[in-house]
Amino acid sequence: MIPFDYHAPKTLQKAMRLVREHGDDASVLAGGHSLIPLMKLRFAAPAVVIDLGGIGGLKKVTAGHETITIGALATHYAVESHRLLPGKCRLLPETASEIGDVQVRNRGTVGGSIAHADPAADWPAAMLALNAQFDIAGPSGERAVAASDFFVGLFTTALQAGEVLTRIRIATPPENSGGAYVKMRQSASGFALAGVAAQVALDSAGNCASVAVGVTGVASVAYRAHAVEDALRGRGLDAIAEAAAHAADGVEEFQEDHHASADYRAHLARVFAQRALTRAFERAT
Amino acid sequence: MYSSHKGGALVKIEVTINGEHQSHEVEPRMLLVHFLREVVGLTGTHVGCETSLCGACSVMLNGEAVKACTVLAVQAHGADITTIEGLAQNGELHPIQEGFWECHGLQCGFCTPGMIIAAHQLLERHPKPSEADIRRGIEGNLCRCTGYQHIVDAVQYAAAKMTA
Ligand SMILES: Cc1cc2nc3c(=O)[nH]c(=O)nc-3n(C[C@H](O)[C@H](O)[C@H](O)COP(=O)(O)OP(=O)(O)OC[C@H]3O[C@@H](n4cnc5c(N)ncnc54)[C@H](O)[C@@H]3O)c2cc1C
Ligand code: FES
Ligand code: FES
Repeated sequence: MIPFDYHAPKTLQKAMRLVREHGDDASVLAGGHSLIPLMKLRFAAPAVVIDLGGIGGLKKVTAGHETITIGALATHYAVESHRLLPGKCRLLPETASEIGDVQVRNRGTVGGSIAHADPAADWPAAMLALNAQFDIAGPSGERAVAASDFFVGLFTTALQAGEVLTRIRIATPPENSGGAYVKMRQSASGFALAGVAAQVALDSAGNCASVAVGVTGVASVAYRAHAVEDALRGRGLDAIAEAAAHAADGVEEFQEDHHASADYRAHLARVFAQRALTRAFERAT
Repeated sequence: MYSSHKGGALVKIEVTINGEHQSHEVEPRMLLVHFLREVVGLTGTHVGCETSLCGACSVMLNGEAVKACTVLAVQAHGADITTIEGLAQNGELHPIQEGFWECHGLQCGFCTPGMIIAAHQLLERHPKPSEADIRRGIEGNLCRCTGYQHIVDAVQYAAAKMTA
């Protein structure tokens, strides 16, 4: 690892001052479970590391009637083990529990995963399916970006230089809604070869009143499967198979490597869209 | 992505390791596992892959099992750390260690410290785990010798003893 200077600010204000001061020379550090491996390989070699881990206020997870908030520094395990989340939004703990292994979930953070935007990361799919809003602090104040505008490309997000993700906000899903995450793990790392997150709300007739589907692992960036959603809205359980067949429509750049071909990933997206939607429907009723 | 810089000013860290307070100056880039082995001299924690995959380097950091090859020593400032050396009390093996002994949970022993730490985390969170819970709990730890079955048996032994 190339040597670097280390700062551990105790408040977000101090962190933002350090970020401004050091500019492009600095990286912020959250759980370190993407950044430290990259630094070992010298793919990343920041001159200054600003550790956000001591900022207690960024770790809180709350599950209210109207809003669920996840501090950017909350660990995957904090979401997996939160007592109220299974009842309020099953998709969140289910996604968390699918990440890596126990030690990775104890350390890695939700905000770190979102900011890193690995094309095979699990959180982007869930965040798209839940229409999450990301609160961002920057040199010129705060702004919020919707998940659908945030994931721009391979390891690329809407975060600008000097900006720090502080919080994730999700509207608590209404009654008679359900969500599910289904994934195929790369067997060594656990990362998603393909992962589909689905969130639905049903009307009184049991038909789909609203639906959002997020897909990760398949393309160079996680995406909303709008074609699936359009085919399902207003319809029932029996329409899922037909709708799910559109889960890889419109993908411009597929992920492809020795673990899985583009065709295979597209196939998995369709199969998992069907499974995730079926499970989401079942949970909504 | 190289930038020319000196960097790396030493940082003073204070930690409690197996109940003992320690204070050291370290380079920011030093990994926690190297700190434990080379600075503190606790070589029970092993380095297997150094790429976050094998779990041999697992230790308890503030009550949570972590892979110490993927944590910087400076990130542990102020923390309470338990390594494999800290589990036995007054010369008596911890029930998990005893389980590994009784059930042949090891052959070469390289993975064992990390396995025991992972099992420790599991039993704290799930005192009565199913076999599936145990396999999931040690998912982050690789063993090249045992085929895992005896490790599962060892954890079951410990669970029974600890909840008796
Ligand atoms: C063995 C292993 C298995 C894994 N398996 C999976 C898996 O199955 N699924 C999965 O999704 N992930 C997996 N991961 C990745 C893991 O979830 C990481 O924790 C996560 O991707 C990054 O979060 P972090 O907190 O560790 O971020 P860090 O490594 O600290 O940071 C990652 C990047 O994001 C930036 N950053 C971090 N926080 C912020 C912030 N608040 N604002 C702005 N920028 C920020 C950093 O500067 C850095 O560039 C795995 C990792 C390992 C080591
Ligand atoms: S040495 Fe840390 S996971 Fe292998
Ligand atoms: S006992 Fe040899 S690696 Fe597990």
